[in-house]
Amino acid sequence: MSAFFVPFKQSVQRDLLLAARHKTELITALFFFVIVVNLLPLGVGPDPELLRKIAPGILWIGALLATLLGMQRMFAPDHADGTLEQMALSPQSFTVLVAGKITAHWLVAGVPVVLMAPLLGLQFDLSARSLWVLTLSLLLGTPVLSLIGSVGAALTLGVRGGGVLLSLLILPLYIPALIFGAGAVEADLAGLSIEGHMSLLAALAVLSAFFGPWVTTFALRIALE
Amino acid sequence: MLSVTQLTCQRGERVLFEGLNFELPEAQWLHVCGANGCGKTSLLRILTGLAEPVSGTISWNGTAIGEKREVFHEDLLYLGHQGALKEELTPLENLTLSLGMEGYTRGPKDVAEALHQFGLRGREHLPVRFLSAGQRRRVLLTRLLLRPARLWILDEPFTALDVHAVAFLTEKISAHLETQGTVVLTSHQPLTLAHGQAITL
Repeated sequence: MSAFFVPFKQSVQRDLLLAARHKTELITALFFFVIVVNLLPLGVGPDPELLRKIAPGILWIGALLATLLGMQRMFAPDHADGTLEQMALSPQSFTVLVAGKITAHWLVAGVPVVLMAPLLGLQFDLSARSLWVLTLSLLLGTPVLSLIGSVGAALTLGVRGGGVLLSLLILPLYIPALIFGAGAVEADLAGLSIEGHMSLLAALAVLSAFFGPWVTTFALRIALE
Repeated sequence: MLSVTQLTCQRGERVLFEGLNFELPEAQWLHVCGANGCGKTSLLRILTGLAEPVSGTISWNGTAIGEKREVFHEDLLYLGHQGALKEELTPLENLTLSLGMEGYTRGPKDVAEALHQFGLRGREHLPVRFLSAGQRRRVLLTRLLLRPARLWILDEPFTALDVHAVAFLTEKISAHLETQGTVVLTSHQPLTLAHGQAITL
């Protein structure tokens, strides 16, 4: 087991240290989320009934775009300065090191969004119970976003204008997570059971955690050649 | 022992080299020579397994390098053109982290000691962006002192180094050869090391 945990921990720690030196990136993603979510009520007017109805979709789309913002930088700096080469040549498993990088991305881009979401949900007049459901759905859903995004980030590595391409490639793949995530909150607002949506979201998380790092590593090896 | 048979490399339409054969036993070094753009870096990247050759095989101690990747990587230390250094981190942090990802834990004392040997006393805690090209190169080369490996593949290790550093590195390479190590390097400088062979691409 230590063959997995030690390099995994090293990789996560390294990326967190780098993120701590680049605080602007962390803050940009979070503020982007706050601003996007705040702009929509200003646009559609202050009707509480309408706001409550659109809240799950808006919060989820905001989270989706905010995590996408730093996605391209998940591997690009390491590719540019040769760190990725050294990781590929490490005696430790490259897949485990990549899994560590994806986890670090989630901790930096996903977790702040999850923590901020209930606060923003209050503005949409969501009940305490719905806020819980929203947070839980994002907690299960944001790892999926990081994992799927990592595949796109690896595939667009070294491509000119890769950022736009990445969005086009990845956003359609986010649709299932969006449907079940926002759907769980909508179901709760309508007084229905959230179990089905949550189970499917958890299944997506497990599936992407299993295949994501592996596919990403494969794409990275191609990019390194 | 590193052996290469019938290696062919192609970049786009152009064949850089074909039918390349050599054997490099322990305690010997190989000087890869040739003009700019003739495929020296491509050859080194193929030897590490980062790039795939069009045809041909490379084996390390009798096993093809792709077969037991982890075992080969344990023995291999590759220093490429790119620094693999993070501008915002200090030399100490850079080395500790890169060693950590390779599965070696070295205390800050050992790392600092190795940096001193490479003439970087007083620069351990300075972010790498404040260092000169030669000093960055020295930080990178410090890995040679910290990470045990039997095969060194070095791409232009002498670039940007001053006379003292070149002498120190040459000494380290010959010490590595004396302990049954193997070295493959590219360089445009004539080198005064024993037990070498040279190939020109």
